[in-house]
Amino acid sequence: MSKIDKKGPSSKVALFVTCLVDLFRPTVGFASIKLLEDAGCQVHVPVRQTCCGQPAWNSGSRKDTRDIAKQVITIFEKYEYVVAPSGSCAGMLKVHYQELFRDIPEWDSRAERFASKVFELTSFLTEVLGVTNVKAKLNSRVTYHDSCAGLRELNISDQPRKLLKSVDGLSLHEMNDSEACCGFGGTFAVKYSEISNFIVTEKTENIERTEPDLLLAGDLGCLLNIAGKLKYQGSKIEVRHVAEVLANMCEGKPIAGRD
Amino acid sequence: MKVSSSNFKSNARQALDDKQLQSALNHVRNNFISKRSKARLDLPEFDALRDNARAIKDHTLEHLDFYLEHYERKVVESGGKVHWAADAVEARGIIMDICRKTNAKTVTKGKSMISEEISLNEFLAANSIIPVETDLGEYIIQLRGENPSHIIAPAVHLNIDQVRDEFRKAHTHLSPNRPMNEPETLLGEAREILRGKFLTAELGITGANFLVAETGSSLIVTNEGNGDLTQILPRVHVVLASIDKIVPTLEDLAQITRVLARSATGQEITVYSTLSTGPRRKEDEDGPEEYHVVLLDNGRSSMLGTEFSEMLRCIRCGACMNHCPVYQAVGGHAYGWVYPGPMGAVLTPSLIGVDKAGHLPNASTFCGRCEAVCPMRIPLPKMMRSWREREFEQHLVPPAHRKNLALWAWLAKHRRLYRLTTGLAARILAIRGGLSKRINKLPMAEGWTKHRILPAPEGATFMKLYRRRLRKGR
Ligand code: SF4
Repeated sequence: MSKIDKKGPSSKVALFVTCLVDLFRPTVGFASIKLLEDAGCQVHVPVRQTCCGQPAWNSGSRKDTRDIAKQVITIFEKYEYVVAPSGSCAGMLKVHYQELFRDIPEWDSRAERFASKVFELTSFLTEVLGVTNVKAKLNSRVTYHDSCAGLRELNISDQPRKLLKSVDGLSLHEMNDSEACCGFGGTFAVKYSEISNFIVTEKTENIERTEPDLLLAGDLGCLLNIAGKLKYQGSKIEVRHVAEVLANMCEGKPIAGRD
Repeated sequence: MKVSSSNFKSNARQALDDKQLQSALNHVRNNFISKRSKARLDLPEFDALRDNARAIKDHTLEHLDFYLEHYERKVVESGGKVHWAADAVEARGIIMDICRKTNAKTVTKGKSMISEEISLNEFLAANSIIPVETDLGEYIIQLRGENPSHIIAPAVHLNIDQVRDEFRKAHTHLSPNRPMNEPETLLGEAREILRGKFLTAELGITGANFLVAETGSSLIVTNEGNGDLTQILPRVHVVLASIDKIVPTLEDLAQITRVLARSATGQEITVYSTLSTGPRRKEDEDGPEEYHVVLLDNGRSSMLGTEFSEMLRCIRCGACMNHCPVYQAVGGHAYGWVYPGPMGAVLTPSLIGVDKAGHLPNASTFCGRCEAVCPMRIPLPKMMRSWREREFEQHLVPPAHRKNLALWAWLAKHRRLYRLTTGLAARILAIRGGLSKRINKLPMAEGWTKHRILPAPEGATFMKLYRRRLRKGR
């Protein structure tokens, strides 16, 4: 296990797996590794990683968030790049960590330096590595949901779409209001479940109207929420993380659809 | 206005079940958003104007005392008077005083959120003075005994049938068989009735969208022209505004109004933009004989220099609520006080205390659309998070939630135990999901499973599989 860590600072890209991918959808992690390796990166998965700390941050616990952020920075800062298959977690590492240590100069500057290394997966592939094509094939009518944090904190919108267009057989059809929130919001979905339900229902209605075979997004939180609702409604629409399609790894069961 | 923000959850539940409200809210969901978006695209320099507007307000807030004093001097020079009110009680007292001296029986009113903030109508009525709202939306909700549900479209929660019913009930002197199908006829009816009130009122109260330090003027923007009649016809004009409305110069005002209407209704500019400066001068043909300004603080000055001071840049355009998925779902009344939506989620705890309004900054998905559309670039989600921090510090967070969070954070800091737990959880949940990978019920996550399935995990955690793969040398 410690083997990977020992490769040490020469390593290029460290994968921030994200806690939801780790727990719910390992395929997304492997798809990310494949995409990065296909693009010529040496990928490392630091074994000491756990979570980005967002639940604490959004619950108002600065102390816990700081502790976890320090842990993440310490583990990952030696790598040249840090890539996460999630706009939300990448946004946490890249944007929010910088807000955490304003009163601790040492950590403030470490967080700032660290931020410059962090990227969301599709933005890293297209903007840093200049990838324009992926070797993937999927005969499918697809629609894409823009996850809020990726879209508004990291400007992720064209990047996944550009890559999807290079997938053989795939056609992309935009849903109405693809930039509207899906109602997940972390603990919001449980604490304000009725409102969350209202919002996700609007989302699934917009998805259904587009009549896709497959719904994609770049964030597992949104995906579990939307997939959960679609499943509940008995929809046949399949749901996957965008990385699975780009990496040509769609053999396994989707998150929703095909029960 | 009575505060019911602590009932947000039950208010919201009611709102979600209210079919009529839900159909009325479609107006917010459909019209406001597309109109703003078009207005923005039509003006290439829109985002640059936003930066500019933000800079103007930041500068003003940094020198707030200077500009307020300058403004007062200018008001006095033009023959008016400025009254400083620290809180709602003082503001009401000042207005009552002016009413008494004017011997006012009827008071016409232009739209003013500050009037809502200090519950002015109830207060005037209790003192035997008849307040008459002259903005159509405000007039309608006054008839219904309601509060505004939106800061620029106070009656957006209603549909035309409800308005018709209300007019039938209130305007009994008119034929019950009169045609009332078109919005225009209803508007005409209200206008006819209000015209008489404009002529009898001794005193007119307007809000202000801006106060201009350079000239001592106040600006109101309306689409109905009711504000003009409110401030010109009665003998006394009272401007009721909060201290954050100040801008330095007329040029600054012109800059900010360019983003205001576009963000609010998608108009390039509102139909009326009316400046008023002091009472009638000798050479004027009309205008009030007396001009008063009641300047309300009500907690705003204590926001200066805190993490909430940027909220004072707000120009009350309503874009944040129009684009908010939560507001769109539950409407304005659920928020339980004057200011709804994201701006309310930040401002309300500042003004009435986070202990009373704790739900508001929590009832957000942090989708960030509010900040993205706010013409003044106010970091609303960041400030909601600051409120959550304060609640956490003051132990206002439910103990169970606090415990769960502490447990999770502890695990996140102890990698080995974290792995053990996630590994177990992945397995158990996967088994629970069965072949169809559906988890229909889960203790502690009923909020989730009541409305959704929980898609089951694939089985083993990524970390476990990855380790296995490494061992096998791929
Ligand atoms: S916070 Fe921004 S968007 Fe919301 S009302 Fe104020 S100025 Fe408008």
